[in-house]
Amino acid sequence: MSIGHTLLGLLESGPRHGYDLKRAFDEKFGHDRPLHYGQVYSTMSRLLKNGLVEVDGVEAGGGPERKRYAITEAGVTDVQRWLATPEKPEPYLQSTLYTKVVLALLTHRNAAEILDAQRSEHLRMMRILTDRKRKGDLADQLICDHALFHLEADLRWLELTAARLEKLAEAVIR
Amino acid sequence: MTPEGSLLAAVDLRKTYGPTTALDGAEFSIHPGEIVAVMGPSGSGKSTLLHCLAGIVTPDSGSITYDGREMATMNDTQRSALRRSEFGFVFQFGQLVPELTCVENVALPLRLNGSNRKSAERTALQWMERLEVDDLKGKRPGEVSGGQGQRVAVARSLVTSPRVLFADEPTGALDSLNGERVMDLLTDAARSANAAIVLVTHEARVAAYSDREIVVRDGKSRDMERVV
Ligand SMILES: Nc1ncnc2c1ncn2[C@@H]1O[C@H](COP(=O)(O)OP(=O)(O)OP(=O)(O)O)[C@@H](O)[C@H]1O
Ligand SMILES: [Mg+2]
Repeated sequence: MSIGHTLLGLLESGPRHGYDLKRAFDEKFGHDRPLHYGQVYSTMSRLLKNGLVEVDGVEAGGGPERKRYAITEAGVTDVQRWLATPEKPEPYLQSTLYTKVVLALLTHRNAAEILDAQRSEHLRMMRILTDRKRKGDLADQLICDHALFHLEADLRWLELTAARLEKLAEAVIR
Repeated sequence: MTPEGSLLAAVDLRKTYGPTTALDGAEFSIHPGEIVAVMGPSGSGKSTLLHCLAGIVTPDSGSITYDGREMATMNDTQRSALRRSEFGFVFQFGQLVPELTCVENVALPLRLNGSNRKSAERTALQWMERLEVDDLKGKRPGEVSGGQGQRVAVARSLVTSPRVLFADEPTGALDSLNGERVMDLLTDAARSANAAIVLVTHEARVAAYSDREIVVRDGKSRDMERVV
């Protein structure tokens, strides 16, 4: 995720102090990974240098968290451009699991067991997410659903691979 | 040997249909109030396992004990009494009786157990409220949506306060939002009633509502907890 664009976007609704920006970010986007103050200041000084934000005021007491930032015209354009640019879909072609399965077949180990163990591990994570989702608010639900759908996709691949193991073994060993 | 404290347990189940081996030494156990997902490829024997556990199908060999009693020693009358009073069922397609209203459908298991109409329908309505379908009480199954019908079926499966609920692809005919709704309500209701659920599903998102899973492949089951 682009922290710079996200902080810029948060500034669009009005100027904010550094500590306030961090709090808003953590609350909305930082569920599992809150920002460090250091990240906020290095990001803000970069945005400042590029003319995407300006310092709108400084509270008494000094420190960088006391600075109040406002987004500039150029900043708004930058956020707009970022939002309008589609994200590149992940190609998902580097699968460790695929490598493990092929290696297991090559070395005459039990590949089905590897897949079963992986399913179990995935389900464990999915149970945690499902539980969090049931107890959480709408934001929690959306975040957990995103993760759940991805894990589910892995599992579908896993089932399909399990069903094709014999054919895969023939192809690999030949 | 049956696992300590289990409510329902099966050991070395075998079942063939003509040349087809549906179960080939399958094992299973579930504790009171536990939710166990039964996963595995199509045709691997999941439904057959569920039917054997529920006393609907008699295995060729192997042992099934429910609450310490060996099922094979029960006669048909005893087995169907067990099914009616201790077990509940939900299948992929609700299987509601089309001629009855929704509340009559939900009340049906109680009526079959001899309750009078009024008290049966009163209890039925409580379960329908829980599953958030009480407003459909006067409608017939043909007049409600798939998701609503499935929630009515879940209410019916729980109306006798079963100790074990057998659910075979309970969300199989629903989209993911409706499926999730059914699973939320189903598991909440079962947990508060301390009913165990045998949950056959091929969907990981549904299996994620379970406490643990077993995998059936070629008629053999694998308890993933005992493996790791
Ligand atoms: N009543 C029956 N008569 C004949 N064969 C049967 C019968 N019931 C099941 N089988 C066979 O037994 C095997 C296991 O079937 P079962 O219905 O238990 O599979 P399943 O795991 O539930 O599959 P699915 O995921 O497709 O529902 C299959 O080969 C099936 O064709
Ligand atoms: Mg089946």
